[in-house]
Amino acid sequence: MKGIRILFRSISDSLTNIGRNLSLSIASISCISITLILVAVSIILSQNVNSFTNSIEKDVTIVVFVDREATKEEIDVVEAKINLLDNVESIKFQSKAETKKQMQKESDVFNTIMSEYTDETNPLQDTYLVKVKDINLIGETAKEIKTFDKVAVVKYGEGMVEELVKIFDIVKKITYIVVIALVVVTAFLISNTIKITITNRKREIEIMRLVGASNSYIKLPFFFEGLWLGFIGSIIPIFACCYGYLYLYNRLGGQLFTAIIKLVRPDALVFNLVISVLLVGVIVGAFGSYRAVRRYLKI
Amino acid sequence: MELIELKDVNKRYKNGVTALCDLNVSIGKGEFVFVIGASGSGKSTFIKLLYREEKPTKGSVFVGGINVAKLRNGKVYKLRRKLGIVFQDYKLLPKKTVYENVAFALQMYGLSSSEIRNKTIKALEQVGLKDKWRSFPDQLSGGEQQRVSIARAIVNEPKVLICDEPTGNLDPVTSMEVMKEIEKINKELGTTIIMATHDKEIVNKFKKRVLVLDKGILVNDMMKGTYKNERN
Ligand SMILES: Nc1ncnc2c1ncn2[C@@H]1O[C@H](COP(=O)(O)OP(=O)(O)O)[C@@H](O)[C@H]1O
Ligand SMILES: [Mg+2]
Repeated sequence: MKGIRILFRSISDSLTNIGRNLSLSIASISCISITLILVAVSIILSQNVNSFTNSIEKDVTIVVFVDREATKEEIDVVEAKINLLDNVESIKFQSKAETKKQMQKESDVFNTIMSEYTDETNPLQDTYLVKVKDINLIGETAKEIKTFDKVAVVKYGEGMVEELVKIFDIVKKITYIVVIALVVVTAFLISNTIKITITNRKREIEIMRLVGASNSYIKLPFFFEGLWLGFIGSIIPIFACCYGYLYLYNRLGGQLFTAIIKLVRPDALVFNLVISVLLVGVIVGAFGSYRAVRRYLKI
Repeated sequence: MELIELKDVNKRYKNGVTALCDLNVSIGKGEFVFVIGASGSGKSTFIKLLYREEKPTKGSVFVGGINVAKLRNGKVYKLRRKLGIVFQDYKLLPKKTVYENVAFALQMYGLSSSEIRNKTIKALEQVGLKDKWRSFPDQLSGGEQQRVSIARAIVNEPKVLICDEPTGNLDPVTSMEVMKEIEKINKELGTTIIMATHDKEIVNKFKKRVLVLDKGILVNDMMKGTYKNERN
């Protein structure tokens, strides 16, 4: 009961304090809002980069060419064996007739050449198109398939795929680092602003100590105050960025420059965005404030 | 052991100034003690040792059974809860009302609102300021502000009330009113009072125990003492 009363009093005190130090509170909230907008934008960017690289990586396919003289049963065995591999996400059979059709669609030159062959004389081979779960292991998976009986050739864009994966890894890491760096900067800025607020409240802290308040009791309202400031400060960035992104997405028709670069659908992004920005604001606000009072507590 | 006991206390500040030297004092329950001396004689240092704003360099300071010299920073609040402290500059919070300033000293105990209200009003009644409970400090006279700070100091019914020049900012008439409040607290509530002051008139009028400090040395300890005996 005592603890609950103290908790509620701290919460109500924290709200009163925000009101009574209104101009400083507004300054803190503005500072928090501005940095959180940066955080939000970087989150949007990193989610888009991630989804783009993932979609490209998903498209990478291992093409398995089966021996021309393989029987139906032998082909089935190959398919079953590929299916059993851990890293295989999906497997699709593509007959030489289908491959022919696809090639004809792709270019006029191919179209003319391929038209000369009938289904019987078609020089192409039946293939399996294999998609993998982890692109980093694609080389090993390809090698393993190569060892199967009746498998003639295995191709997956060797060299190119590894390069792509490497570059994407770096890009992803950079976006993570940017987000983390911004969160740290935000933490720093917020705790600094709150420090200024608290310097003005040195007297209050001094008197609290004089009348016998324990350090944790003194820190509690400041903790909540930082929490509210962080909470209020994240509202504007959340709305601005959610609606801003929605607008951009619709305006650009869901893609950037070309159809290959698809933007993340807003409904898939908004939840993460709201939660991340809110958490960063609230946690950084509360602990920034908590840390800032410690300086005046002679611990 | 007496309520307050100082044994062989030395206080030397970091800058080399020795503010108190070989002090031995004991003060019993319910006593009223003036600490007098010229400016710089160590009165405030003596007071600060009692509420553990400063630690003695040597010796021990016991207040209500707590060895103040050995009290860690994180535990200082336990001592402060047994004390009421009054300063020359009142130390009120300008953005809080009279009522809130007094209730402020009760809030960390987790009392119910009605308990807080009762105690706060009782303390304000004690100093005769119940009617001003909604005022802000800057709407009060100096004497009234000091009475609010006294109400805050006694609201938790401390065993000891320590005051550092409580009348230092007040005119003689108001000083006397404030002193009467403090004496009343001593008589009615049995609170031990320790007051640093250099106000001759007050010391001479109230005729209490007087500790005289001179350059950090206790040169006199008189029952029903007066200031006249001294050079300053
Ligand atoms: N925080 C401090 N640091 C260094 N010296 C101090 C400090 N406080 C007081 N002093 C010195 O200690 C001596 C006693 O001061 P103080 O206790 O304030 O005397 P009083 O209250 O009687 O005027 C003075 O010489 C003063 O300059
Ligand atoms: Mg002094």
